[in-house]
Amino acid sequence: MRVQRCKGSRDLTPDQMLRFRFVEKAFRRCCLKWGYEEVKTPVLEYLNLFTSTGTLTPGMLSKVYSFLDWDGWSGQRLVLRPDGTIPLARLYIDNIADNKKLARLFYTSNIFRFEETGQETRERWQGGVELIGVSSSLADVELILLALEVLAKMGIKGVELKLSHAGLVRSLLSELGLSDREQTMIFDQILDGDSEAFARIRAERPDLGRAMVSLLDLEGRSPGFLKNLRSLLGRSVPELVPIVDDFISVVELLDAVGCDYQIDITSGKGFEYYTGVIFQLFYDGDKIGGGGRYDALIPLMGGGDIPASGFALYFDCLMNLVEPAVLAGPLEQRILVKVEREAVKKGLDITASLRDAGYIVELWLESQQPSNLRWMLDVRSEVPAFVIHDSLKIKDIELETAGEVLTLLGESNGDKDSPA
Amino acid sequence: MAIKIALPKGRLLEETAGLLQRAGWGLSGYHKNTRLYRLGSNRFPDLSAKVFHEKDVPIQVAIGNYDLGICGLDWIEELLVKYPSSALVKVKDLGYGGGVLYLVGSISGGESFLDEIGVRASTVRIASEYPNLAESLALNLRFKRFCIFPLWGGAEVYPPESADLALITGRVGESHFDYGLLPLIETLRYSAFLIANKDSWETKDMGEVLASLEDNLALASGKKGSSPVPENRTPAVVAQNSSGAAACDTVRLALPDGHQQQPTLELLVKAGIQIDDYPSLTGNRRPVIGLDGVMAKLIRPQDMPLQVANGNFDLAITGRDWVREHLYQFPSSPIKELLDLKFGWVSIVAVVVKDLPVSDIDGLRQLGIERSVSFRVASEYVNIADKYARDNHLGSYRIVPTWGATEAFLPEDADLLIENTQTGQTLAKNNLKIIDTLFQSTACLISHPGGVLSAAKRKRMYSIIESLRAALGGV
Repeated sequence: MRVQRCKGSRDLTPDQMLRFRFVEKAFRRCCLKWGYEEVKTPVLEYLNLFTSTGTLTPGMLSKVYSFLDWDGWSGQRLVLRPDGTIPLARLYIDNIADNKKLARLFYTSNIFRFEETGQETRERWQGGVELIGVSSSLADVELILLALEVLAKMGIKGVELKLSHAGLVRSLLSELGLSDREQTMIFDQILDGDSEAFARIRAERPDLGRAMVSLLDLEGRSPGFLKNLRSLLGRSVPELVPIVDDFISVVELLDAVGCDYQIDITSGKGFEYYTGVIFQLFYDGDKIGGGGRYDALIPLMGGGDIPASGFALYFDCLMNLVEPAVLAGPLEQRILVKVEREAVKKGLDITASLRDAGYIVELWLESQQPSNLRWMLDVRSEVPAFVIHDSLKIKDIELETAGEVLTLLGESNGDKDSPA
Repeated sequence: MAIKIALPKGRLLEETAGLLQRAGWGLSGYHKNTRLYRLGSNRFPDLSAKVFHEKDVPIQVAIGNYDLGICGLDWIEELLVKYPSSALVKVKDLGYGGGVLYLVGSISGGESFLDEIGVRASTVRIASEYPNLAESLALNLRFKRFCIFPLWGGAEVYPPESADLALITGRVGESHFDYGLLPLIETLRYSAFLIANKDSWETKDMGEVLASLEDNLALASGKKGSSPVPENRTPAVVAQNSSGAAACDTVRLALPDGHQQQPTLELLVKAGIQIDDYPSLTGNRRPVIGLDGVMAKLIRPQDMPLQVANGNFDLAITGRDWVREHLYQFPSSPIKELLDLKFGWVSIVAVVVKDLPVSDIDGLRQLGIERSVSFRVASEYVNIADKYARDNHLGSYRIVPTWGATEAFLPEDADLLIENTQTGQTLAKNNLKIIDTLFQSTACLISHPGGVLSAAKRKRMYSIIESLRAALGGV
């Protein structure tokens, strides 16, 4: 019987792993430079971390991998983490909240979600950033700029930024005179990607004011019409004013730094925990990341009145977007060493010295074809003790001591071109 | 082209049999007292039917062992809510065997119980035979913390002492349930459904068979609503000693329902413990026991280890097979076996069809190396079967969970059974053979020794245990 890979799971081959590490490295470097500190949370968490209102939507919860633990007779369920932000908020409350309020944290981790067809991957990799302890437009903008910087460092051009505001959507729903439970239900439907949800509300509520209707259609590229909207709504729905103001101040800052964006109020799909500005990043129609403000999450989890915001970038998507030219970078010096049986000691000694000198050194194990390598080194028991084959210049050089080998390679270090 | 259909036992049997009779299928042997599992049709020579526990029908159709099946929508939804990509097509509502799933709570909690419970910080305990639907409901209600107790039956007797809520089946519009329960949410209306395997539905021509059903449904729908009484409903039982949670000194004793009732009663009598209405003619699950500070409830033996582990019961009479099943799933469970009660003797055995050329598990494993598909291991004891297959390095295998009549699964729907047997006669009659005996099981008394008990409660428990021990000594 053929060995099977679990449906919906993936392997990362050496080539894909190169891409993965490239993406991860670019992400980590940017985060560290903006003053963020790296953390990791466990793969397993209790289900109840994700169940209450304000965390994940029921639609997402129905796709988590959950199971009873070995001591699960209590009915206590565990999950493979379906999200990065909620575990990180738990980590903050557990370990950091007492000592300092402001925390800039980031992680790279895998998350797990059931995907019905098994065609798409059920284990996804992402890099996430959370800025905890401050609620300001500048903080939101910091995150947006950091996300864009990471993508730029990966050489990904033509990224689209879409903005929405969870507070606006929520206020709108509360204006409809629905109960809390109904509001949450519709909000969940919108977040779970039911694009018809808004349309249905409009059909059911013809009495909605014109202002509401224009709010639903909110799309544009400048703070100008947000301001128009504020004047329009200010009288009929004064509660909306501070929310629109919050949105405007983020948009103005983005304008000030020359950052392109598009406002699309119905675009905030995915997470119930958002309370403020939501931003999503698209490349060629595919979502490659996103985030937003979630001021209520940490209070909801019992961590006190601490605001926060964050984002995640989807490594699985980004890996495929990195151009080979960007990925390639300078070639590493690689040497294949062939050792005669009688010269094993001498051979292993020189491979150690070469590795210490920064080269990648492979031992020849009979079957290996020397491809894509510039150097081959024969180590012999008789004179000449060392023969170096330079496949770039196509010549053999005979040497007597290990020192001579190192010197010769060191001198050739300038021309690193691949023989292929 | 062969067409295979899975038909239900139990509550849907009579009306389903009526429908198939009107459809002229000529299935002899599909009636109330059926002992036959494999049926042929006089009208459709290519059609074969097999009789299953109703819960097993959607599973069998989903995994492709059967092209068509008939069962309640409740069991279909129970499967689909957890496994939405199951290969099931809901073909047609057959209009009979209807009922409603209600989320119920104790009347003492009142109508606003649900709102109050949703915001509270402690864990909400929900008991149900429909654990997947219960979990989905709890998620949709956004309970902050909850735990689901999956049950084999009798969920209505759990609240309020052993659960806050129960998801149970009832009649349309029912406003009160036995044991003082109040319906809080109507979760699902259901009736019998015709289902199909997705592949079969797309590739097989079953037109003639389907037409025969369609033509004869009208009669059944005329009866719609006239008999929506689900099988497991207990006759009306007034709420007794169920007002509020049990006092902390009260010993909560779980007694088995089903065929262990008679030997349990005999043991209690011998131990000088008086008990009224057990076994009960009216289906009462709260018999009155003649001991001060002791409360007895009837629950399924299968459910007892989990309930005792949770501290919902202090003492329970169950089978060692179910204790082991529980411990294999939860090796660090706190339950302890106190007494071997020396009745309900069965062997847990591994069973294959008689003509399979193997005589032991090593032979079966060898056979597995040569074949290209996974072994299908059917059992009510999912964890025992899983451990057995694992320990014996059975290679690639799948566990098929079942709810009874496992002997009908071989050879078409499973390759190996892990089953209990008293004499082995039923197995032999079904052309099966035992290739291994896993262990012997008898009834036993279990408890959770880790709990913190008051002196009064400890004394009461000790007295019950000692009375039973003395009664056993006299056997």
